[in-house]
Amino acid sequence: MGLIYDRDTCTGCMLCPKACNFGAIEKDGDKVKFDLDKCVLCGSCEEVCPVDAIKIERKKVDANEIAQYKNVFVFCETHEGRLRSVALELVTKGRELADKLGEKLVAILIGNDIEEHAQTLIYHGADHVLVVEGKIFTDYTTDAYTIAMTSLIAPRKPAIVLYGATNNGRDLAPRIAARLALGLTADCTGLEIDEARQLVQTRPAFGGNIMAEIISPYTRPQMATVRPNVFKPGEPDTSRKGEIEKVNIEVSPIQVRTRVTEKVSEIVEGMKSVEEADIIVCSGRGIKDPANLELPKQLAKLLDAAIGGSRPIVDMGWLPPTQQVGQSGRTVCPKLYFALGISGAIQHQIGMSSSDIIVAINKDPEAPIFSIADFGIVGDLFTVLPEVIAEVKRVLDSR
Amino acid sequence: MVKIVVPVKQVPEVTEVRMNEETGTLIRDGVPSILNPFDELAVEAAIQLKEKHGGEVTIITMGPPQAKDALLKALAMGGDRAVHLTDRAFAGADTWATALTLAEYIRKEEFDIVICGKQAIDGDTAQVGPELAELLGVPQICYVQKLALSEDGKQVIAQRGTDEGHEVVKAKLPVLLTATKGLNEPRLPNIMGIMKAKQKPFVEVNIEKLGTDPSRLGLKGSPTQVRKVFAPEKKKGGIKIDADNPAAAAKQLVEFLTKKGAI
Ligand SMILES: Cc1cc2nc3c(=O)[nH]c(=O)nc-3n(C[C@H](O)[C@H](O)[C@H](O)COP(=O)(O)OP(=O)(O)OC[C@H]3O[C@@H](n4cnc5c(N)ncnc54)[C@H](O)[C@@H]3O)c2cc1C
Repeated sequence: MGLIYDRDTCTGCMLCPKACNFGAIEKDGDKVKFDLDKCVLCGSCEEVCPVDAIKIERKKVDANEIAQYKNVFVFCETHEGRLRSVALELVTKGRELADKLGEKLVAILIGNDIEEHAQTLIYHGADHVLVVEGKIFTDYTTDAYTIAMTSLIAPRKPAIVLYGATNNGRDLAPRIAARLALGLTADCTGLEIDEARQLVQTRPAFGGNIMAEIISPYTRPQMATVRPNVFKPGEPDTSRKGEIEKVNIEVSPIQVRTRVTEKVSEIVEGMKSVEEADIIVCSGRGIKDPANLELPKQLAKLLDAAIGGSRPIVDMGWLPPTQQVGQSGRTVCPKLYFALGISGAIQHQIGMSSSDIIVAINKDPEAPIFSIADFGIVGDLFTVLPEVIAEVKRVLDSR
Repeated sequence: MVKIVVPVKQVPEVTEVRMNEETGTLIRDGVPSILNPFDELAVEAAIQLKEKHGGEVTIITMGPPQAKDALLKALAMGGDRAVHLTDRAFAGADTWATALTLAEYIRKEEFDIVICGKQAIDGDTAQVGPELAELLGVPQICYVQKLALSEDGKQVIAQRGTDEGHEVVKAKLPVLLTATKGLNEPRLPNIMGIMKAKQKPFVEVNIEKLGTDPSRLGLKGSPTQVRKVFAPEKKKGGIKIDADNPAAAAKQLVEFLTKKGAI
């Protein structure tokens, strides 16, 4: 591994010394020179160089070098200052992996004004929290977050880095993987440590028809994005202690090549996200009329559940696209899933079959949804559902 | 005039792929191959940009000889020329090695915009787009739902899907985009298109022509390895009752859920 500098190609534009967060690049006459003792090979200079005069050669890590890579890092995504629920899931799972390795769990927070979450992450299992703050990190941008992450990872050499498989997590992780030439496994639903201390990453492929176990034997850190809602967050332990470290990372606006000019939330007031909910009440074409959605909404309200819909319901505009479950919508795995008047087409099942408990109400006894339902009721949902609502209410009231 | 490159993949119709439980291998016999549906969105977006601003659309794939069909379909839709990166040395590539192979070729061409599908429906990783962007040294905008070029043609303005809704993102060319549902309705190739496709420029590129060290490509160049594939634990149907008496059925259901600790 090493950095190759082509002094003849270099135009002396002086972008790279500014891009370096490690003070490893200095002006040298009308060109630059590199202090390779300070360089961590994060790749920021290579990316900013307009004439490709800097090249970082990355090789596979050999066996005795692998032992130098220690600790489990988790990227804890925030959104408008709020910690995403997947962050706590990652910290809980990361704790388990770190314990198996006998190593530390390090949580990473990037944003503006987000340090308050560091303590929460410690209560949930982090030994150490790295906090990177700055105005440039207020909105997620691929470029700024990639620079922050590579600047944290490259010098600290973790064994494992995990990200939530959210839209931003899946935008960011591959960018980092490519910059550092690392293996990356997408949207994992299982993570284990094997006898060789490797991370075994399990994920669905072929639309959920097949599961694959994936390893990255020769590159470190081993990186994965993790599907939200698969690992359950643990309870906080307020007696846990940990270290909070603020890390200063400079990113200049010219290094950020995209600009967010508008952010629109399509989340309808009172409409819980299906990806983050423990319980989902999902309706299909059997609901017949948008006015009838009042019934599932009543049940959802009682159970503090999210409202979902099959594709036809969303296509007809009865529910916003954020609530669609299935192959072309969201993938969910709540503790409890109600399928009301949903036939259970394969494209729908792909998005929900890993739910813990599936309840189906459908008047067609042959509906495919029954083949995966833990509890199926064959009947008219308009007569059954009101009874279910009444019974749930009665049971909850009696508690 | 915009020069657009669209990397595409031929994929099996995934809903028909199954495991042979005894041998632990995929049953792909008789499973039809299609142009990845998200790539169709990318091809359509490229053609629409070209129709509006002029330019050229290059379709590129890395894949076995039969992947030519996916290229021909994209040409029939309206792509101008196709590049088929095909060699045994490319086989078995993970997302990193795939992105590298594509980048090694695309780097040699002039381009303003690269448009990928959000993900391929067989692997569902959504990683090749961002990895390719990094290897090409250009910014990326992923999950694009709406797309326009600025009046001077130097910037893209894209609506990008987020977990909460969407955001509008601007970037100067060159840039890489990934296309998602809602961006457009891909056109069906017509007979004229299909006939013309066969006459359009088509190059095949093997490892020698690509000129990349083979140890960096294909299975050998892939940092990730598939250790095992297995059939997912299929959920089996559980209790199924008739709602002849809806109140009794509801009671039974709620009892079941309470016992399971689900409510
Ligand atoms: C590429 C592709 C992607 C797709 N992506 C998705 C996706 O993301 N999500 C998705 O959901 N679908 C998706 N689909 C569509 C999918 O194939 C099905 O068409 C769809 O899921 C059917 O929705 P449904 O179950 O609501 O409707 P239907 O299949 O019409 O089923 C309605 C059900 O309601 C029952 N019913 C009717 N009246 C009553 C009543 N009074 N009481 C009780 N039951 C009643 C009927 O028996 C029936 O089973 C996709 C399809 C394709 C080709």
